[in-house]
Amino acid sequence: MPEYRTYPYDVLVVGAGGAGLRAAIEASSSGARVGLVCKSLLGKAHTVMAEGGVAASLGTVNADDNWEVHFADTMRGGQYLSSWRMAELHAREAPDRVRELEAWGAVFDRTGDGRILQRNFGGHRYPRLAHVGDRTGLEMIRTLQDHGVHQGIDVHMECTVVSILKDDGRVAGAFGFDRQRGRFMLFEARAIVLATGGIGRAYRVTSNSWEYTGDGHALAYEAGADLMDMEFVQFHPTGMVWPPSVAGILVTEGVRGEGGVLRNSEGRRFMFDDIPEAYRNQTADNEPEGWEYTQGSRTARRPPELLTRDHVARCIVREIKEGRGSPHGGVFLDIAWIKEKLPNAAEHIRRKLPSMYHQFKELAGIDITTTPMEVGPTTHYVMGGVWVDPESQMTTVPGLFAAGECATGLHGANRLGGNSLSDLLVFGKRAGEFAVRFAGENGSASIDPGDVEAVAAHSLAPFDARDGDDAHGAGDAENAGDAENAGDAENPYRIQSDLQSTMQERVGIVRTETDMLQALDDIEALKRRAHRVRVDGNREYNSGWHTALDLDNLLVVSEAVARAAVARKESRGGHFREDYPDKDAALGQLNIVVRKGPDGAMQVERRPIAEMPDRLKQVIEEQR
Amino acid sequence: MKPVTFNVWRGDADGGAFATYETEISEGMVVLDAVHRIQAESAPDLAVRWNCKAGKCGSCSAEVNGAPRLMCMTRMDDMPDGEPVRVEPMKSFPLIRDLVTDVSWNFEVKKKIRPFKPRPPDADDGTWRMSQDDVDRVQEFRKCIECYLCQDVCHVLREHQLHDGFIGPRFFVHAAALEMHPLDTEDRVEELAATQGIGYCNITKCCTAVCPEHITITDNAIIPLKERVVDDLYDPIRRLFRVFRRKRT
Repeated sequence: MPEYRTYPYDVLVVGAGGAGLRAAIEASSSGARVGLVCKSLLGKAHTVMAEGGVAASLGTVNADDNWEVHFADTMRGGQYLSSWRMAELHAREAPDRVRELEAWGAVFDRTGDGRILQRNFGGHRYPRLAHVGDRTGLEMIRTLQDHGVHQGIDVHMECTVVSILKDDGRVAGAFGFDRQRGRFMLFEARAIVLATGGIGRAYRVTSNSWEYTGDGHALAYEAGADLMDMEFVQFHPTGMVWPPSVAGILVTEGVRGEGGVLRNSEGRRFMFDDIPEAYRNQTADNEPEGWEYTQGSRTARRPPELLTRDHVARCIVREIKEGRGSPHGGVFLDIAWIKEKLPNAAEHIRRKLPSMYHQFKELAGIDITTTPMEVGPTTHYVMGGVWVDPESQMTTVPGLFAAGECATGLHGANRLGGNSLSDLLVFGKRAGEFAVRFAGENGSASIDPGDVEAVAAHSLAPFDARDGDDAHGAGDAENAGDAENAGDAENPYRIQSDLQSTMQERVGIVRTETDMLQALDDIEALKRRAHRVRVDGNREYNSGWHTALDLDNLLVVSEAVARAAVARKESRGGHFREDYPDKDAALGQLNIVVRKGPDGAMQVERRPIAEMPDRLKQVIEEQR
Repeated sequence: MKPVTFNVWRGDADGGAFATYETEISEGMVVLDAVHRIQAESAPDLAVRWNCKAGKCGSCSAEVNGAPRLMCMTRMDDMPDGEPVRVEPMKSFPLIRDLVTDVSWNFEVKKKIRPFKPRPPDADDGTWRMSQDDVDRVQEFRKCIECYLCQDVCHVLREHQLHDGFIGPRFFVHAAALEMHPLDTEDRVEELAATQGIGYCNITKCCTAVCPEHITITDNAIIPLKERVVDDLYDPIRRLFRVFRRKRT
């Protein structure tokens, strides 16, 4: 038997970004025993990177804003594939969740009359993003963290969960290890909330850190839960493109919200050239009107730079492809030009966009108050994730919940900026609340020692593997004759890098059937190579070992993205197919679901979207 | 591309030594990129903590050529040409392995600082009113990314190892952010003096110098807190007032 320590909880939360922290706070507020596991140190999760703001119809800047407008904006942005119930709950509850943060000590930027200031963002009709300069995520995670630590939550930092353990179909616990020492940990839990974030590390150019390897997606998938909308990956239009070592790092949409404009190498504001029909009424067709909008005019329409992210990203790709890009393969994002309009522009930029100013100054040696930035699309967010019940956030596995980026439902085919931070708060709270309720209504489950042994052995396999050995059990026997299988021990970093190239080139911003089928073949080959991964050293803080274990998850989510993307033969939101460039109305009525079949292979299902109730249809009609 | 030599600390709590690696450096690379390249090429089990790689999370703190820095924000072209680059772990905390230290003490310290306690809401809808001018000061402190470089450089922790009676610059900034929060009603002054060791700080401003967020730790956080300690605890009239105030609440 492997050695491990056991930790008994009512609710275990996996992931300590905004959603995980909010879930843990909610669960522990009722007195339940709550454990919180995170791969990094507390407060370092990806929420910290969120810049622009948190969307909530507080109506402090424009009193016309309300939940109905926010709901309609979210549904339109998601191309009507979102769960209408989640979009409704989100729009209704976000304002309370933001005000609650203020009660817990968050300090948002203020309006002239001392209320929370809100800024413009792509796809939002009114100024709606409560923010703190361009470090809103830091403010949010620190507020939640500082509030949470005084509530008796048991935090396990730098720990990884490798498997969800079940008892007769329901959740019984989870098995993992601490990254610092490599010691195994068994978490007994009546309910588990997955809040592990995204899958950005499946791509080469990404704004995501090493943590974002689709752990929650893969844990849920392996436990038998459904994944949905996985074809919808958000490529944020503005990531850094130079220098190479920082390529992919996010440049906030807030730059455009504050008046920044996109230009090609000819100096043309190319976003005016292609404004989608659905947004024509709301989009400025001239430069002065766009500027008026960013300065708070209530009558002006928004500039085309603030169209939805999927559209802006594709326009940028078009400019680059057609030879009108910037020297390092991007386009220009110019905020310095506002000096023509504002007397103290440089100071204004440094105040409104302090971390962008520092990021470019320190990493690229560029002063954004005088010089345009070079930007290009970067893998940023996955709209798809674990299917959850809209009210409770429970997956199809009893006792297993999911919230935040690793869950799906709110964002449909494309997420609006600012809606992720509010998503974390609204559904993190709900997941915590319903997980505690589930834990209360269901006794503890028992964990099969055989399961624990199997997971432990699987986790240690990368240390044991030798050339020609079969590290992962009998499954490889049938492939014994395979040339790839007979090869040398594999380096986990190299497989990860090859997977990233495959996904970037074949399942990226512009997709075709041929490319994606090739990607699926590549993924199969990579899976076989992953069986031969070998790592050196011991179990203490061993990045090679951690990367080897992350690979399993990355391969699952990559396959899910590719299979779902093959199944959706149309272009919609974040999913663009060169071979099917238009929307297909029939496909707009369904979601693509993938799950692990009884034979272990990935199954794809087309699931019709439930009919929206008349009251919500009416809201959408009124907001057209 | 040019080859650069790195001396990287390898070892654990039981001891260790600098190991020498050579790797190619290209335009725009930062020290963390070089460490990753070394990890991928020749030292796959080299332990390094990092996360956002954009100076926003404060994970990759270490000492580069003796200076406490975020490795992700230290550009290779700022290193002296032709000389080896020395990379070693922070000194104020116990070593786990290689470049990774055990910073858990910081998380324990924070739990001991009294949490935010707001005044009753200003408006009927349960919200508050604060002017931007009043929150500017606190927002500076709230920029902190908890990289603990200030804790690393502070001689009270680094040389004197007074971790039991001194919370360090990071948590003076935290306490200042709470004390100067326009809505906060809690009083932390007595603890700052009695158990949190603000008196040990002799304002050498080393912490301010290393802060990657450019927070003026000493001038804006620590000195005003020291003044509050003096005013509240040592001014006889205020002391008297304090006694009455405490009885009231």
